[in-house]
Amino acid sequence: MKYLKNVAQLELDSDKCTGCGMCVEVCPHAVFIIENKIAIITERDLCMECGACQINCPFNALNVRKGVGCASAVIKGKLTGSEPSCGCSDTSNCC
Amino acid sequence: MGNCNCQSKKPNSVNKNNAVKVSTEMSIMDVIGSWKSRWNIGRMNYKVNPGLYITGEPDSDSEVFISSNYKMSFDILRKNLKGINAWIIVLDTAGINVWCAAGKGTFGTDELIRMIDKTSIKDCIDHKRIIVPHLGAPGISAHEVKKQSGLNVIYGPVKASDIKEFLKNNLKTTDKMKKVTFTLFERLILTPTEFVLSLKYSPLFLILLFLIDIIIGKNGLEVFYKDILIFFGTLFFGTILFPVLLPFLPFRSFALKGWILGLIYITSINLIVFNSVHGNYVHMLTAPILTSFLAYNFTGSSTYTSLSGVEKELKISLPLYGLSILSGVVVLLINFF
Repeated sequence: MKYLKNVAQLELDSDKCTGCGMCVEVCPHAVFIIENKIAIITERDLCMECGACQINCPFNALNVRKGVGCASAVIKGKLTGSEPSCGCSDTSNCC
Repeated sequence: MGNCNCQSKKPNSVNKNNAVKVSTEMSIMDVIGSWKSRWNIGRMNYKVNPGLYITGEPDSDSEVFISSNYKMSFDILRKNLKGINAWIIVLDTAGINVWCAAGKGTFGTDELIRMIDKTSIKDCIDHKRIIVPHLGAPGISAHEVKKQSGLNVIYGPVKASDIKEFLKNNLKTTDKMKKVTFTLFERLILTPTEFVLSLKYSPLFLILLFLIDIIIGKNGLEVFYKDILIFFGTLFFGTILFPVLLPFLPFRSFALKGWILGLIYITSINLIVFNSVHGNYVHMLTAPILTSFLAYNFTGSSTYTSLSGVEKELKISLPLYGLSILSGVVVLLINFF
């Protein structure tokens, strides 16, 4: 299942990448692969902007607009003028 | 309750926090508890105490698993540690599951470091490994944990049910273990919560429908009964059928998928109940908006939607919702005069 085209904000700075493979390790949607000892983004549309790659990249090579893809969080954020934040606690799939 | 047996193995241990021994079997109360949670009964207050727990009889070679203090997360972990001697550190995530809490940052590096210190887990083990659930990664910086605690974060599988295989595989996750899915079953299990949550706003809608029907129609009450049926049908389509049909509905936008489903629903109702394709124009204009919104709301429960995408959907659909509802009001007024 793929979400909207060309919306995910995920950037990889190849100059900083050492090909350690941490992003491949943590990404829940297999967005990255290592090719020729460097990480590449296979399909940006698969990215859900969870931010796992960025926070786990020891070389600061990744930049994600981290956030929750959750409608009620987005609406609440718009209404209160704050950052969208998840307010629920579902099982494994919420926000 | 048992004692942290690391104290006997390492006499100089500073660990004064007794680890709590937990069963790997689900009691009837656990089953009822998670069932209640699925139906949104007391879901926000289903917690375990943060701290150190053990399954079986762990020693200094046993693995350390990290979990959140949402009871369902913790229960799923301990259930899958059947026959395994292990340490479990439960972080304080305010009763929120691992993935949500990692997104918020409450399942995060700071909290992990705090609990590593508080539980004195390092006194219990001779190795330097801690196993963090794969979906905890958005909150944890593995290299930062290493720097601050000296412990190596190993990301485990997404699903606790893969833990045995993960252990057999020398703590390596296969590609399959790393990937988040959204199967029919995974979608279906979310529908009771979605449905119950949608009922919360129903009285408001029903009062509104009642007032409109009484003021406008000649047979107000009769129309109102039909509207009630159509309304609950809309909720059913938006919160139960939508999650089930998600991958089969055209387009990628949840709002658009939901609108199409709503249109199919209202057209079928019109054909069956009113014997005409368009039936009641007001229903045609408003019911798909409601399914569309419920579908859009389901992004929060899905496993693959991004913040940027959800924002984009709102930006596009909100004006269209407004326009459609306004048209509905105009039709209502035309019928009235």
